[in-house]
Amino acid sequence: MKHLKPVNSKAGRVMEYVRAPEAVAVNDVGSTVPAQGDVVALQGQGGGTPQQAPPHIPLGCSTVFSPGWEADRTGGTAGLCQPVERDLFDCHLGCYWPAQVPDQLNHAPNWTATCAVAQKDWRKIDLVFP
Amino acid sequence: MMVLGSGEYHRFEAAGRPFVYLVPSAAVFALDDAADAVLRALAQRGRTRDELVGELSDLFPRSELDETISELERVRAIGDVHVPDKPLPKFFPLMPFPLTTMVLNVTNQCNLSCTYCYEYSEDKIVDTENGKKPKFMTEETARESVEFMLKESGANRMAHLTFFGGETLMNFPVLQKTVAYARERAAELGKEVDFSLTTNATLLRPDVIEFLAENRIGVTISIDGPKEMQDKFRVFHNGAGSYDIVAPKIKELLRRHRSRPIGARVTLTSGVLDIKRIFRHLTEDIGFWEVGFAPVTTSPGRDYAISTGGMDTVLAQFSELADEFLEAAVANRHHGFSNVKDTLEEIHKGVSKAYPCGAGLGLMGVATDGDVALCHRFAGSDSHKMGDVRTGIDRNAQMAFLEKHHIADKTDCSTCWARPLCSGGCYHEAYTRYGETTRPNLHFCEWIRGWTDVCLRVYGELSERNPAYLAQFDHMESVAERAV
Repeated sequence: MKHLKPVNSKAGRVMEYVRAPEAVAVNDVGSTVPAQGDVVALQGQGGGTPQQAPPHIPLGCSTVFSPGWEADRTGGTAGLCQPVERDLFDCHLGCYWPAQVPDQLNHAPNWTATCAVAQKDWRKIDLVFP
Repeated sequence: MMVLGSGEYHRFEAAGRPFVYLVPSAAVFALDDAADAVLRALAQRGRTRDELVGELSDLFPRSELDETISELERVRAIGDVHVPDKPLPKFFPLMPFPLTTMVLNVTNQCNLSCTYCYEYSEDKIVDTENGKKPKFMTEETARESVEFMLKESGANRMAHLTFFGGETLMNFPVLQKTVAYARERAAELGKEVDFSLTTNATLLRPDVIEFLAENRIGVTISIDGPKEMQDKFRVFHNGAGSYDIVAPKIKELLRRHRSRPIGARVTLTSGVLDIKRIFRHLTEDIGFWEVGFAPVTTSPGRDYAISTGGMDTVLAQFSELADEFLEAAVANRHHGFSNVKDTLEEIHKGVSKAYPCGAGLGLMGVATDGDVALCHRFAGSDSHKMGDVRTGIDRNAQMAFLEKHHIADKTDCSTCWARPLCSGGCYHEAYTRYGETTRPNLHFCEWIRGWTDVCLRVYGELSERNPAYLAQFDHMESVAERAV
């Protein structure tokens, strides 16, 4: 390689890997010439840019059960925009999805009084009957 | 028609020339002008090969450009934009993975009452006061832990044992006996054990210092800086600051204990952000060989939590210290800013991590009752248990953990160029912040990218100005293999 200089150890190993396809071919008269097509080894792996990322799921509600926080695309809850418990306080205020919470202005003003930190105390929140 | 576009990389400049950090291979290449021009053109928009050569042919000969494009394609810095993305491969380490470091929580009690402590503050995971775990590890459990460590270290000759707490030295009798026992057992098995510990320095009596020096035990001191900073959060139970107690003891330790470099570990909080002053004080006034900084782990909204603006201040000062480090390294002088050195080593080796750290892999924490957990920060938590020292590592739990935490499943990280080094960040930080170890630490992303860029620039400068300095890393065992 003339235009790229490997600097760290990994670059050295990448060079060793890509040197193979750069190997020479033998022409009609027996002398060596650079092989045609630079990306022989990569073609075998689909070519292109294999380090490109898989489709990115944007930060926000899950698109699987949209609208909803039930599960992310892997079926878990790790990729949600908020921890599930936060739905109590966040989604019904900030999101278009009308999470069902009691009317805290009129009927149940103290509904969350026992819940200081949603992630930890959400179990303490009781049902409210109108 | 093939359209060329940018691959995944981060471009940076150092020593007056452009470099690329390729993702996810973590290879670093220096570019010449032609390669840089090709990358810059493709960063604006995709082009066919002919278009690209045509546009740049005023500046470079066509044959040069052709060659450059091929080279960049080969290392995958550029590629066909129409080739669909492949999912990141999800390779797992071969099992059983040998244990390289065991962190032994010899007690979960502490004689200080640091406001921000992850073990005692509002964000604690384990109830160390009223919980079922014993407050001190018994000699018997410690022996069983040593056996566990030697067995699980597999074919490795070297095992690292780190004593941890609570305040580690509150259980000094067991620590002393464990060192002797581990030495004896390792020798019988033809192995070696390397010891280290972390302490708040309050209990460094002369006999303790003597023991640490004689046994070549690596020591890390938790200290936050000059008196007013140390005393802000690192306080005794009655609220009194600890600086006046620890400073003379640390100086005595540094004077007597010369067999291992002794480092300081600083917890950065909202009120303790004058990093350069802390660094000067700890290295010049106190005499530490190395100083490492870490932002406090906390759920958001605590008054000691660092705000986003605060993290910008941290980055600016880290950057200045990194510049000082660079000048020292160019002149082959020592500089004790350990954060930059650790990252340089990882850049040099081209580490591309599937997991952010060795927790649950080569590193595990052992609680006072012998339960084995992900790391010392989770030791004693039943929900992060991974076996116990008597029955060994629970391989099913370990495999389930590794499957759930692989970088390939962290979708938020999939487009980030810093993921080979960060891989989502600390599990404990994520757990405290979001309630789940699987979540990447999104609140640190900007900071991590900024810091990685600083370190890449230092690396690039060193590669031009003193490559011999970087060559030393070729012979060092990896950061993850060393103590916590």
